[in-house]
This record gives sequence, structure tokens and C-alpha cells, in this order.
Amino acid sequence: MSKAGLLLKRTIPTLAGTVAAALLLAGCGGATVNQAAAAGASSTPCGTVNVALNAWVGYTANAAVYSYIAQNKLGCTVVQKDLSEQISWQGFGSGEVDVIMENWGHEDLAKQYITDQKVAVDAGPTGNEGHIGWYVPPWMAQKYPDILDSKNLNKYASILATSESGGKGQVLDGDPAFVTNDEALVKNLGLDYKVVFSGSEAALIQSFRTAEKNKTPLLGYFYEPQWFLSEVPLKKVSLPAYTPGCDSDAEKVACDYPDYKLNKVMAKKFADSGSPAAKLLKAFSWTNADQNSVATDIQGGMKPDAAAKKWVDAHSDVVAAWLK
Amino acid sequence: MMSTLVRDRAPVHTGPVSVRAPRKRPSRRTLILGGAGVIWLVGFLFLHGTATLTLPASELTDLHRSLNQFNAWVASNRADNPVFQYVFTPLRAAVDAVANLFIGIFAASSTGLRLPEIGWLGTVALLSWIALAVGNARVALLTAAAFVFFGLQGLFVEAAYTFALVITAVLFSLLIGLPLGVLAGISGRVSRVITPVLDFMQILPTFVYLAPLALIFLIGPASAVIATVIYAVPPLIRLTAHGIRNIPENTREASDSLGTTGLQRLVTLQLPLARRTIVMGINQSTMAALSMVTIAALIAAPGLGQVVIRALQSLDVGTAVNAGLSIVLLAIVLDRVTTAASRRAEPGANRKRRISRRTRYILLAATLLVALVMVQLSRTMLWAAAFPKDLNIGPAIVSGVSSASEWLQTNLFLFTVSFREAVTNGILNPFQSLLTETPFYLLVAVIVVAAFALGGWKLAAVTGCCLAVIIYLGLWSDSMVTLAGTLVATAVVMVLGIIFGVAMGRSSKVDQLMRPMLDAGQTMPAFVYLVPFLGLFGATRFTAIIAGIIYAAPVAIKITADGIAAISPTVMEAAVSSGSTPWQVITKVQLPMARQSLALAANQGLIYVLAMVVVGALVGAGGLGYDVVAGFVQSSLFGKGLAAGLAIVFLGILLDRMTQAAAANPIRKVPSGKSPAH
Repeated sequence: MSKAGLLLKRTIPTLAGTVAAALLLAGCGGATVNQAAAAGASSTPCGTVNVALNAWVGYTANAAVYSYIAQNKLGCTVVQKDLSEQISWQGFGSGEVDVIMENWGHEDLAKQYITDQKVAVDAGPTGNEGHIGWYVPPWMAQKYPDILDSKNLNKYASILATSESGGKGQVLDGDPAFVTNDEALVKNLGLDYKVVFSGSEAALIQSFRTAEKNKTPLLGYFYEPQWFLSEVPLKKVSLPAYTPGCDSDAEKVACDYPDYKLNKVMAKKFADSGSPAAKLLKAFSWTNADQNSVATDIQGGMKPDAAAKKWVDAHSDVVAAWLK
Repeated sequence: MMSTLVRDRAPVHTGPVSVRAPRKRPSRRTLILGGAGVIWLVGFLFLHGTATLTLPASELTDLHRSLNQFNAWVASNRADNPVFQYVFTPLRAAVDAVANLFIGIFAASSTGLRLPEIGWLGTVALLSWIALAVGNARVALLTAAAFVFFGLQGLFVEAAYTFALVITAVLFSLLIGLPLGVLAGISGRVSRVITPVLDFMQILPTFVYLAPLALIFLIGPASAVIATVIYAVPPLIRLTAHGIRNIPENTREASDSLGTTGLQRLVTLQLPLARRTIVMGINQSTMAALSMVTIAALIAAPGLGQVVIRALQSLDVGTAVNAGLSIVLLAIVLDRVTTAASRRAEPGANRKRRISRRTRYILLAATLLVALVMVQLSRTMLWAAAFPKDLNIGPAIVSGVSSASEWLQTNLFLFTVSFREAVTNGILNPFQSLLTETPFYLLVAVIVVAAFALGGWKLAAVTGCCLAVIIYLGLWSDSMVTLAGTLVATAVVMVLGIIFGVAMGRSSKVDQLMRPMLDAGQTMPAFVYLVPFLGLFGATRFTAIIAGIIYAAPVAIKITADGIAAISPTVMEAAVSSGSTPWQVITKVQLPMARQSLALAANQGLIYVLAMVVVGALVGAGGLGYDVVAGFVQSSLFGKGLAAGLAIVFLGILLDRMTQAAAANPIRKVPSGKSPAH
């Protein structure tokens, strides 16, 4: 046996002895931290609420405030799950999701899960109003004031042309999940434009951010409430005014988007459970400015929970009314 | 999304090549290919814009509508259909139980404080000990360092979740992959049946089956693990079969002559001899499982992927890079440990050891005791259970990366935009319109003729079938958009592959410098670098092409470098001593001799670029990738997304078979003895 081996042979029994002693000491400690925690946690009547977390910061703001109150004022256990919109609705039937905090239209999903399968119910408006439309960066609105009327858009088609739009002006659309009539709008308003899909909200925001910073032309689909508007106040282009029913035929739409009353949706089982968290969800209602302030804090690097606490502390009367 | 195709291929031939005789007459194949090209161009000039089979983004075909029904069918059958009752639901329960077991041990138990059963200290100690036991002291140290670093990044819990899910996925991959791999290794028939299925599993974009899986297996760890297994098991099956099949013929005969039965032969000869290849398969499966982390996060799989996805939503490059770094590190650790394990599994590896077997066992027992003490400590002491919050360098990394990316975006913008415009207008747009505006029947004919020239009737038939399916799926035009982007990206990948591959093959210093960067390029989730690229290049097809290149170039570079390095030194010496300049050596000796490696690099480059099609769609690529993403997020487009996923698969099979055929019989054949007299 080599020298090292001999050395090992001598040290190992000592080492093993020490270790065994240490183990004994540690083992005598008995209960583990987890057991202690399990013993310490008391169960509340509220139980667990599963909140779907959809992919935009405004939604996160709603979810953060709701979760904060449910956790700290009602003693519920809140589990947030990052999910896409479509997948969130699937969770109602299986009990994986109890709450969707901010729903934009989605009539097909409402029909499937609320009307047909009866696994979900409408939990009322969030108080937020959604506006969808075409926007330009502020520098463009300043330099070309008349671009804000859709009648003048053809004048600017050439400066809005990109390598993606095949010689026409470009209308940049966002995530495939977004509600859009833009292809029909371009055709029916006789615009010399082509709709190009950026593929995600991130891509859309980054495009507007770059366009403002470098003063490059851009016309794109956007919406509020949205935290990004407090960073770069995009200007809305007015399309022909919305009248009820003007968008009933998807092929022939030639008017602006309607104002969306955003709402909350919850699982039928959760609604029937009588949980205080379900009551809180129905009462939850605030303004676009409220949501934007929380969303901006989150965007600025604050943890959603801390941003929610800040808002809740500043609006204790509103929260008290929700909890009544 | 990411693809690690491991195939049984003919070994790359790099034997000595005689000096090539000059040829004057083009071969028959060149003539056919040239003819097809001429017909294409002439047809394009006179017929362009007709019969292009375009389908607007929001429109559906009847096929897409009927595929939409799947969604409703699952919802109405979940409760009482026997397939759900006896197959899917128990399967989900089993996977869920295992996943939750590992999550409880490493990441968060289901009790009160949600602390793991063994805290960070116990995890570090236990995993390092396992690394020591299956590998060596070096990988054990690496494991310990990496897991402590996760804690310093402020991501220990997330990393532990990811680790737990990867372990679960690998476990199930072994359960399914080993028996299937053994079967495929023993029986040629099983192998023939299973190979196209494996191709399918690896090329089908994961986005396509994510939504259906979530529908069947519900949201959460179980669906995420099953999605990961679908993607990660093919390399294991392939390599296991390969290992068993490739046992030297004479060894097998010797064993047969002793009268062993099939089972005996398997257990005593084939499995032990194939052990190293099988462990390599486990390594590949682990890497593939890890590359699914960000995708699985889309159906609520906890862990590092969630951090990346959330950071992408708020365009927070720093946070995304911080989490991406953890994923890369975890990949490096798992790769090095499984590689060390495969070395240890090599027959005869024991004899080379420096310390005796007995010493090693004593050492292992002693260290196990230390590890167990640490496990016990982390079960009882809070400081050892949850990683101390004040030891956190995560914010520093985040802000450092953020300001670096900000600086790049501000200062490079003008340059990058003009570069983008030049490439898009000069190359991409003309090429894309050549593909999308040619009448479909003409293009089909041209591609089938090209396939015939490359691989004969059989390849022509396969190609024809693939194209027919794409047309039937109703997505011809989108497929051509995708094809254009894919081919342009692959061309760039090959240029990079040759430049860096040659540099690495010629100098081991360059090789050592490049390898870690290449590993990072392959394992860093694409979602991480999408945001800075969006800032630099905007939401365009070009950005998508760049993302594809970053993912595919490392593979092409590695294969090329290996091919160049494998050329025998005597040939090189002969060339140098005959007075060749380095440029002449590269162009006249090294590149021609590494030709088959180059062809393999092109083939793999293509497949890898294709694997990024869906990610590219998130930054403006359009084409099939957009259809897939749209199908994932909009229920009315579900069927179209499914069809687009299938179209990607058939496009992939077509491109793979054609490049493989081109690689098998290169156009410039090395003249044999009986070359025709001029």
C-alpha cells in the first residue's frame, strides 16, 4: 500500500468516529425544521387559492394585490401559477386553477368553459378598461401631428415601410394571442399597409422603446392599461369610431376596437365553496391608474408582493370596502 | 425546441486521399441539378405569383377545423373514457408522485414553511458525494461549487426545482428508454419501426404537444415531466441500441460458440460491453431534458424556466441572464458527472486507477458519513436548510448584465440596423420570394428532381411524399417562408462552422478557448438572448435567423473541428514540406479531406436551425413557427398550430434525408481506379 494509502488507513477510523459522534448529536435533535413548521402552521378556514398568472405585467399587478390581501388579511394560502391564457382556462375543470384575474374578451373560451362545460363563472369587472388600438411613438406624433388620424396614414406609408413589409407601410402586431382585426382594417380602410407580426408582447414593447429612443418610425398595435405607457407615452391613432355591431363580421371590420370592460373569472367549485377569498375576488375593483402604479413599481424592480403592500397600505379604505 | 439528434451514422471517413485528378466533364448528377435550377428560374420568371397556395394568418382550412375538435373531445371524455381512467390518469398520478418526491427532497416540502427535506447544505453534500461515487473528485468539487453558486445567485430553490424535475424526467426516460433501446439493439425489425418514430419525436416542436399534453395530463409537474420525456428519451434509445448492435462480431461469435442463450448473451456480454454507450445516452437525455426547462415553464413547471419566462415578459435582460447562467452551470455539472461516470463504466477502467479499490471504498464510506452529517444538519438547522439571503450576488450580476446590454443596444443600433437591412433586402427577401412566389407544382417538381439526383428513386419518393403532406396540411406558403429562413441561417452556420472549425482544428489553444463558449451557446435558453437581440435588430425575420444561428453554429463548429483535427498528421506534414502555404493547406488538403464532416455539420446545422423555428416566431419570424405559437395560445387556431407542427416535422425529414444523401455521395467524387478516360 502506498504512503497516502497508509495515511488514509490511519486517519479513517478517527474520522469515522468523529462523524458518528456528530451524527448522533445531530440526530438527537429530534424534530426537523419541517416538522416544527408543520406543527406551527395553523389551518385557516380560507384554505388554498390557485391564481393563474398570465403573461403581462398589468395582470401581475392585479394578481399581486389580490394575493397580498388574501394572504395577509384573510390568511389564505395563495399559489400563483405562470400560465398562458388558454391553458389557464383549462385549469378550471381540473381544479388546478381557481382564479383568472384579468380577462380580455375571449368569447370562445367563455362559451366553452362558462356556458358549455359550466366549470367557471364570471366574477365581475376588475374596474379596468381596456383600449386596443394603433399607436405611434411620441416623437412621431410631435413631428407629424396629422398622423394621429387614420385618414392621413397613407401619406406616411413610405416612411413606415420596412424590409419586412414588402414596399408597403408596416403595422406591427403583437403576440398571436392578442385580439386583432388589423388585417381586415388595413383592407377595408383602403390603407397601403401590411400587418407584420412581431410574435410577442416583449417584441412589441422593445420595438416601441427602440423607436422612441432612436427616433425611428413605427406604427403598431398596442393597448392600455399597460405599464410601458408610463415609460413611453405612446400616442393613439384614431380609427373610424366604434359603433355597436360594427365589428360583428370579422371580414368587414372598418372601425376602431370597442372599449373592453376587463373582468375576473373563477372556477365554479371555488365560487360555490363560500371561501372568503371568493368573496374578495368578486369585490375586487380598481382603476387603470391604480393598476399602472403597481405595475410600474413591479417593472422598476420591486417584488410584486412589496409593490402590492405599498398600494394596499396607501389605499386601506378601498381594501376595507372589499373585505366588508 | 432544442434538438439533439443522435443517430447511427456511418463513421466519418478520413482515410488518406489520393491527389485528385482534374475533371473536365460535369457528372450526370451536376447536369440534372443544373437543369432543375434552370427550369426553376425560367418558371419563376414567367409564372411567379400564380398557384402560390397562400393562406392568411387568421384563415383556416377544413382540416384545421376538424383538428380543433380534439380540444373539446378531451374535455368531454376526461371523466369517463377508459383510456383516461386506466391509462392517462394513473400515469399522471405515478409521474406526479415521483416528481413531488424529488421536489420535496430538494426544493420544497409540502409542509408549513415549504423548506426542502434536505436543505441546501444537505443537497450540496449529498450530490457532491454521488458525483464522487460515480465519477471522481474533480467532478465532485465542480458539483459542490456550482450548487453553492446557485445559492449565491439567489436562485437555489429555483435551481433545486429544476434539478428535481430533470431527475424525474431522466428516471422515466431510463424506465422507457432502456428496454426499448435493448429491443431495438437486438432486433432489426424493432429498430426499423422505431427509428421514424424517434425522428418524429425529436423534430416535432415541443410547443405543438405542450397544449394537448396540458389538456390530457393537466397543468403542473406531471405534464412538464411527460413533455420532457417525449423530447429527451430518443437519444437514450438510439445510443442504447447502437451500443448493443456495435459489439464486435468476433466477440459475439465467441460467446455464441459457448452455447449461450439469447438472454444470457444479453446480460453477460451485450449489456456490459455496451455500458459506456448507454451511459452516454443517459448524458444526452439529461442534456435534452435540461433544454426543455424554459418551455416546460409555459405549463407551470416550477424552477429556473419560470424566472427566465417572467424576465422576458418584463424585458429584464439581467434577470434572464442570471437564471440562464444557472441553467448553463447545471448543464455543465450534469454533463461532466455523467461523462465521468461513462469513463468509469468503460471496460478495463479499473486497472488504470491510481488508488486501489479498497482505499476507494473506505474513502467513499468516510465521505458518505460526512455528507450524511450535513444532511442531518440541514434537516435541523435553519441556516443550513434555506440558503442565507445576505450572501447574494444575484443583484450585482443582474445590474451588470442589464447595463452592458443597454450599452450595446444604444451604441450598436445604427450599425446593426443597416446590416439587417442589407441582409434582408439583399439576400433574404429575394430568396424568400423565389420560394414563395414560384408556383407550387413547379417547386415540387424541382425539389423531387433534385432529390432524385442526390439519392435516386427512393429519396425522390420520400421527398415527394413529404411535400404532398405539407400541401395537404394547407400550409405550403408558410412552409416556404420557414424554408427560406432556415436555409439562409444554415448557410451562415456553415460559414461560421468552417471559419471557427478550421481554427479550432488547427490549434488546440483556440479549441480550449472556444469549447466553453460553444457549450454555453448550446445550453443557454434562447429566451435569454432574445431581448437584447430585439433591441439590436428589432422584431424581424433577421432576429429569428440570428437566434437560430447562435443555437446551431456550435454544433457545426464542433463537428467541423473534429473532422479537421482527425486528419492524420503525416498528410499535413507532407503538404507543408512540399511548400504549401497555410492557406493552401486549408483549402487544398484540410477542407477536402474533412468533406464528410462538413456534410454532417451541414445536416446537423439544418436540423438545429429548424429546432429554433418556433422560438424565432416569438421575435417576428412568421411562417410555420408563428402558426405553432398561435395554435398554442388561441383555441380557434389549435388545429392550424398542430398542422404547422406536422409541417415542420415533414420539412425536417425532407431536409435531413436530402442532406444525408448529399453527404453520403458527395458531388465531387474522389476518382477511383476505373475513372473514365478522357
